[in-house]
Amino acid sequence: MLSDTIAAISTAVGESGIAVIRVSGPDAIAEVERMFRSKTTLTEADSHTVHYGFIIDPKNDEKLEEVLVSLFRAPRSFTTEDVVEISTHGGIISVKRVMDLLLLQPNIRLAEPGEFTKRAFLNGRIDLSQAEAVIDLIRSKSDRAFSLALKQVEGKLSRKINELRHSLVETLAHIEVNIDYPEHDVESMTMDFIKRKCTEVSSGIDELLKHASQGKILREGITTAIVGRPNVGKSSLMNTLARENKAIVTDIPGTTRDVIEEYVTINNIPLKLLDTAGIRETMDIVEKMGVERSKAAVNEADLILLVLNSAEELHEDEIILMEQLQGRSVLVLLNKIDLPQQLKREKVTQYFPESAIVELSAKTEEGLDHLEDAISSLFFGGKLESGDLTYVSNVRHIALLKKAQQSLADAYEAADSGIPIDILQIDVRLAWEQLGEVIGDSAPDALIDQIFSQFCLGK
Amino acid sequence: MGFAAGNYDVIVVGAGHAGCESALAAARMGCSTLMITINLDMVAFMPCNPSIGGPAKGHVVREIDALGGEMGRNIDKTFIQMRMLNTGKGPAVHALRAQADKFLYQHTMKETMELESNLTMRQGLVEELIVEDGQCVGVVTMTGAEYRAKAVVLTTGTYLRGKIIMGELTYESGPNNQQPAVKLSQNLKDLGFDLVRFKTGTPPRVHKDTIDFSQTEIQPGDENPKFFSYETKSSDNEQLPCWLTYTSAETHEIINANLDRAPMFSGIIEGTGPRYCPSIEDKIVRFSDKPKHQIFLEPEGKNTSEYYVQGFSTSMPEDVQLQMLRSVPGLQNVKMMRNGYAIEYDAMVPTQLWPSLETKAVPGLFTAGQINGTSGYEEAAGQGIMAGINAARKVQGKDPVILDRSQGYIGVLIDDLVTKGTNEPYRLLTSRAEYRLLLRHDNADLRLTPIGYEIGLITPERYEMFLDKKSKVEAEIERLRETKVKPSVINPLLESIGSTVIQDGSNLLTILRRPEVEYAHIESLYPSEIELDAEMKEQVEIQIKYAGYIEKQLLHVERLQKMEKKKIPESITYDDIHGLAIEARQKLDKIRPLSIGQASRISGVTPADISILLVYLEHYNRVTAAGG
Repeated sequence: MLSDTIAAISTAVGESGIAVIRVSGPDAIAEVERMFRSKTTLTEADSHTVHYGFIIDPKNDEKLEEVLVSLFRAPRSFTTEDVVEISTHGGIISVKRVMDLLLLQPNIRLAEPGEFTKRAFLNGRIDLSQAEAVIDLIRSKSDRAFSLALKQVEGKLSRKINELRHSLVETLAHIEVNIDYPEHDVESMTMDFIKRKCTEVSSGIDELLKHASQGKILREGITTAIVGRPNVGKSSLMNTLARENKAIVTDIPGTTRDVIEEYVTINNIPLKLLDTAGIRETMDIVEKMGVERSKAAVNEADLILLVLNSAEELHEDEIILMEQLQGRSVLVLLNKIDLPQQLKREKVTQYFPESAIVELSAKTEEGLDHLEDAISSLFFGGKLESGDLTYVSNVRHIALLKKAQQSLADAYEAADSGIPIDILQIDVRLAWEQLGEVIGDSAPDALIDQIFSQFCLGK
Repeated sequence: MGFAAGNYDVIVVGAGHAGCESALAAARMGCSTLMITINLDMVAFMPCNPSIGGPAKGHVVREIDALGGEMGRNIDKTFIQMRMLNTGKGPAVHALRAQADKFLYQHTMKETMELESNLTMRQGLVEELIVEDGQCVGVVTMTGAEYRAKAVVLTTGTYLRGKIIMGELTYESGPNNQQPAVKLSQNLKDLGFDLVRFKTGTPPRVHKDTIDFSQTEIQPGDENPKFFSYETKSSDNEQLPCWLTYTSAETHEIINANLDRAPMFSGIIEGTGPRYCPSIEDKIVRFSDKPKHQIFLEPEGKNTSEYYVQGFSTSMPEDVQLQMLRSVPGLQNVKMMRNGYAIEYDAMVPTQLWPSLETKAVPGLFTAGQINGTSGYEEAAGQGIMAGINAARKVQGKDPVILDRSQGYIGVLIDDLVTKGTNEPYRLLTSRAEYRLLLRHDNADLRLTPIGYEIGLITPERYEMFLDKKSKVEAEIERLRETKVKPSVINPLLESIGSTVIQDGSNLLTILRRPEVEYAHIESLYPSEIELDAEMKEQVEIQIKYAGYIEKQLLHVERLQKMEKKKIPESITYDDIHGLAIEARQKLDKIRPLSIGQASRISGVTPADISILLVYLEHYNRVTAAGG
């Protein structure tokens, strides 16, 4: 923890034309060198130099990204450790490909919140007066990560991971009983069984990863349609959300002006917002085309934010709309709560008894935080799904899942080559711990508990 | 009404497995040491199973021996059966287990202690600690004798407010109907210590001549026994077998029919018992689908007919115990010599201790063994030697010796106790060690003998022997690395053992890494010029064969040690650290970890809390360095 090698994307994702990944620690230069093709050899290069080249996947020599790599040798760097900064093209896909590859390396892990700054401070690089600020940074970022982690525990991802972990811990407990109670009448664990388990759990992880790397959630965010009659405040809501969450407007070719797209991140959940033209039955042929497109957008959305004007009574169009939206993931937003209220809440509840209803004012921004909370609880509560996806949306999780798979592969190979059971157990246990880290559960006593609940032991 | 009875450097209260190691260590380190125990006939008594060792526990005995303790030597002198367990598994979990002649074990230990020049043995019941200016400076016995010392080690086992329970019957008692220590418990509470109530139990003993061994399976010892102590090279001890039988359906019926009289279920037992050592009635209730349970019949010594019925721990009423026993194949006509019973006792909440085993609240007072919430002779002895060493070092004005989790099972045990505490009697398991492959039973000397020598418990002669072994092992590994082999020379051998032949030249070390190649194979073609004994060859083979995994674990250890080296000053005030989560603040304040490493193992302290603590410490150190 004190002097291993860490990596993180140090520019806000998607905000700029380039993105920078920073790697710091004793293995930084050597690890990046392994995946960097260039005229220069990084391990021999001078400090404070910049090198042009390509990031390649060392496994198959495939070129991933065209990059610039800056080298800072210890102690003349931000953290006073060896630091490598990789500049890639901006945009989430480019930078994530490089980041994913880095985190697959056994000697690199994702930096904790504020860790670069922390290291800089611990290594005497930052002035004493900034200690408090460093602590605040760690606290605030980790509090957020923690509450997200907690919510995720209830989610579908953690259920799947818990199933995989349970399967491993049963096997581990069995191995341990064979070791710690060799004369006990518990049958011996066989290599075949362990190999089967490794394969089984590994393909379970495959399932999770398949969705992680191919799922549209990761690339594009959750498609979210903002719908409602004209002038209920859809656009101002979209603008407020975009501004509050520091998203950038992306000009995606082919988008027409009646469906505007915005990318925002709410509590780490990526959303693709679609602002649809006002939906209502219309005879106007021009306007009708826009409405048709809007309906198509609604149909493909994973989440629908239905905006109603709470300062007016429900309109007939809105009742039709609510009927059409039955069975979909809907959040009802009662906008304009800064004005005198007219709308009867019961009527809305009647249509969406299960949905959360958020009262807000896009104008005064009152209630906006409730909307953000409602979106995260939908997402992490597992209620919001796109097709049959389990959301593995985070770089750290993907890296841990892949490392767990590697550990299982190591265990399998060890079992094949006649390594004793207590030694290949090391890799099985590592896989179990890595899976635990994904969901923030690393209680080591869980294995001991499992041993005693699964087996009858005694003197 | 009290009277001055003597002055010592160190007083050890209790003469069980913790007390013996404590007293011997302190005395051998040059401290004038007094050992007081309720009954001098009970020195090193085994109130439960007559055996020592097994996985993790056997490792501890080797570690005690490597540090210069007595348990290994004593069992080597007095075993009546020796078995190496787990031989089909990797070297890290091979484990020696001995059946002891329990009477001979006691007498031999007592004799060793009597001959120790700095050690005084005294029978007496300690009722009170003398605490002056917050320091523990002595003890007072029931007779009013006041013994004074600079450090006191309490090893009270199950005597502290001990209560025996059997069916409806309960009475105050230490183990095996010994006198319990009642007042000392209240004295500890008055000093502000938190105590918990734990429970353990023991099975009945039966007469050998009433066992029908023909209905049981024989379990003999190893033909060529190995030993616990690195000093023991051979033994003439005659070995006795153990015998295996099983409970029957009838046993289960008898137990089920009498559950209303079982104290475990009637509510008489308040103490928390260990999950790993349930009574037979507990096993039958919790694992009701298991049709039968193993029972081992173990001799308690050469000169006794008593057999220990392992696997049959019970606190059922006496009449039910006899019925239960007689339902077991081979025991139909058995005569019970002693009943099984459950025993409840007071123990300290071990998070009240520093890793040196000194109590935080009363400097000068150390505790070791079951009083710290553990179970098992080996766990007790492992703490005993550390408490004895650290009491002596305190008297001598030296820093305590603290083993970390990568140095030994003793380190794992003590770190678990003082950092996490325990809510049941704690038993060591190999799975509690994260560096199991490094904490092997074959390398306890390599890990700990230098420490034993440095603190003065290992003699110069033995240290010489150790250095000789170490250098020969290193030289041999180097020779194997340097020795090139040609395909023409090595291939016939490789073919004969079904290993793939080599195409180009290689070296011996690479060849030995193959799972199917043994050191003996290599030796047959390329013998070493220097003479190596079996232990050295074993060491060479293990270090080479598992080098990949060993190096991986060593990398982790390096990280651990960096964290352990980040010391937290005792004077730190956690309330001053802005940003720590409340739970972390409370836990840290209670445990007061000595290092960042220890802090990170406290449950409820998150990595973010550790980061904050690190930043605070850096801040603190810079301010302190600046004289602020």
